[in-house]
Amino acid sequence: MQSWLYNVDRLVETFSNWLELRVGSSIAAEFVKAILAAGLIAVLVSVLGLVLVYLERKVAAHMQQRLGPMRVGPHGIFQTVADTIKLISKEDIIPAHADRVIHTVGPLICFVAAFMVIGFIPFAPGLQVVSLNVALLFILGISSAGVLGIISAGWASNNKWSMLGAMRAAAQIISYELSATLALLAIILFTGTLDLQGIVESQRTGWWIWRAPVVGIFAFLIYLIASTAECNRTPFDIAEGESELTGGFHTEFSAMKFAMFFLSEFINVFTVSAVSATVFLGGWMPFHVDGLDSLNKVFDLVPPWVWFSAKTGAIIFIIMWFRWTFPRLRVDQLMRFEWKFLMPLALANLAVASVLAVSGFYFFRS
Amino acid sequence: MNNDVKSEVSQPQAPYYDEMFINMGPQHPSTHGVLRLVVKLAGETVLGVSPHMGYVHRSIEKMGETLSPMQFIHLTSRLDYLSAHMNNWAWAMLVEKALGIKPPERAEYLRVIMAELTRIASHQLWWGVFGMDLGAFTPFLYAFRDREKINDIFEKTCGSRLTMHYICPGGVFEEPDAEFESDVRSFIKYFAPVIDEYERLLSGNIIIQERTRGVGVLPADRAKAYGCTGPVLRASGVDYDLRKVQPYGVYNRFEFKTAVANEGDSWARYKVRLEEMRQSLEIIRQALDQMPKDGPVREKLPSVIKIPPGRYFARAEAARGEIAFFVVGDGKPVPWRLKIRSPNFSNLQAFPEIIRGWRVADIVTVLSTFDIVVPDIDR
Repeated sequence: MQSWLYNVDRLVETFSNWLELRVGSSIAAEFVKAILAAGLIAVLVSVLGLVLVYLERKVAAHMQQRLGPMRVGPHGIFQTVADTIKLISKEDIIPAHADRVIHTVGPLICFVAAFMVIGFIPFAPGLQVVSLNVALLFILGISSAGVLGIISAGWASNNKWSMLGAMRAAAQIISYELSATLALLAIILFTGTLDLQGIVESQRTGWWIWRAPVVGIFAFLIYLIASTAECNRTPFDIAEGESELTGGFHTEFSAMKFAMFFLSEFINVFTVSAVSATVFLGGWMPFHVDGLDSLNKVFDLVPPWVWFSAKTGAIIFIIMWFRWTFPRLRVDQLMRFEWKFLMPLALANLAVASVLAVSGFYFFRS
Repeated sequence: MNNDVKSEVSQPQAPYYDEMFINMGPQHPSTHGVLRLVVKLAGETVLGVSPHMGYVHRSIEKMGETLSPMQFIHLTSRLDYLSAHMNNWAWAMLVEKALGIKPPERAEYLRVIMAELTRIASHQLWWGVFGMDLGAFTPFLYAFRDREKINDIFEKTCGSRLTMHYICPGGVFEEPDAEFESDVRSFIKYFAPVIDEYERLLSGNIIIQERTRGVGVLPADRAKAYGCTGPVLRASGVDYDLRKVQPYGVYNRFEFKTAVANEGDSWARYKVRLEEMRQSLEIIRQALDQMPKDGPVREKLPSVIKIPPGRYFARAEAARGEIAFFVVGDGKPVPWRLKIRSPNFSNLQAFPEIIRGWRVADIVTVLSTFDIVVPDIDR
């Protein structure tokens, strides 16, 4: 099992040693590596965008008894490429009396916020751009900055529908942020670290979703619901609400500016799925049960990055599933659900989790 | 307003905000056509709605005064395009009354079958659009999948899929195709379990229930005062269905229940329509069994229909309520005066009153449960 498929970290290490030899100084090598990493993230983001949009359309189509895109390429796999070309070549329209600067900055904030957090996600051992000891906190902070982009987009559009959408988004995202954070916090009590690689390492003997008795599954469900709301996805897509607000905050956006909102939504879906896969489902860690060594060896045959992708993909599918089977909540029901149900539940969950963590009452304590 | 109308429409209290006027439509995804609602908002709370109509006004009533009765059938299909057969039927009944003729037996049954199929197709479309208005996209495609089967039957019998012209004064235009009966029977067999599938997909959903239960309550006396008809009236607890209270055609020969609910809220209107689909299937099944297997389908009419002097009135239960035609004839081939009573126009009147105090998103829900078709309002 010494192949590069399994040990991506060795590959990365060999490459950085080689780079340091070639460049000569370690500072210059770091600089080159940073640029390369940024480039890789950019590639990843665009590929993810293409793949997720295609996936969403196919998932939607098959839930709705149709085929989805079939014409461009085999099974329509190049449809999103064609759509991207269309979006790039479209005219960028700024409405009259709109605030031109904020109208341009809005989608950028959204996109940058979504883009930045990708670097912290551990795709496999060693395959992570930045290893930060407060990575989880950082991800939560940065991704919630995206709401600023939505508010400024709604404000700058000079459209009452957009304004309503932006106000809804502000109220919604800030509220659901609380539940999402509280749910993650319950697991942090068990892991004792905010470093994502450390969180994955702590699940060597089993995933937190079942190792933390009951609170793990509760935290997972709360995080899944709250993060769906944070991504503005159905049943919480009241900020877009195309049947009532005609598109909400992005009504007045076209071409690449619209594409940035669109892309950042999908990147956010990926991010929250990756975070919940990492925190609750063991990230790249194969399915391990402490003591069953032969079983663990079998699961070790699958490379870590496949584990990571499969877990993330499963959660992405669940979030898409929500979207195509649920109607939309009303704005007051949405807030009531968060403040009167989800947040108290998350708080109670956190309290129980802290008792369990302190008393050490969880499975496979090492 | 009548003095005997006592009940107050329940309205949630709005906190104070600055007021804002906003235009919902004429280009808006949820006004189902080109209805324009001027909405007065306080934050998200609706303070008032004022519907503005006339964006698809085609002066159908006036055109009816220049067209012969046979030509005018084609315009009736364009009133409420989702109840084309019922509109045709009401007009055909009026002309038959004026000329004093009776359509053949087989034609009467064909009319019932076509009208009930139209009712199902219309409610299917409504169900799909209702889901979409609430943000669930999937029901829309399910509804269209099933509506396609009815459209195929219509296409076989009369050539068109939307603005059908099959029912005409004197009967129906022509004998249906040979497979008509088996097509309809297989549709009934297919669709009866599909209604349960609709229920599973949407009705039990907690969000649907939250969004519709108690929202937009229309009390029975208000509904009567505004002249609401159809499912909107029946959902308010008034057992009024023209097919029962004043049976036309051969409706008195069938056993069916009128779908009635007492709550008067959006949920009641939803349940009433789903139940109506079931009852329509029942009517079609009985009609197919009773229908004479052969015989004429069209009574001979004079080649130029002259409407005898007098006043004539005919009405039918369309998918959205009561469609009625009123004609003053003066012995010429065209009516001297024509008036159409369209169900949607009366139904829409109740809307501004019951939506006050609810949220922006409820405008969409409640309007959707009223199931308006704008060309029918504007005429």
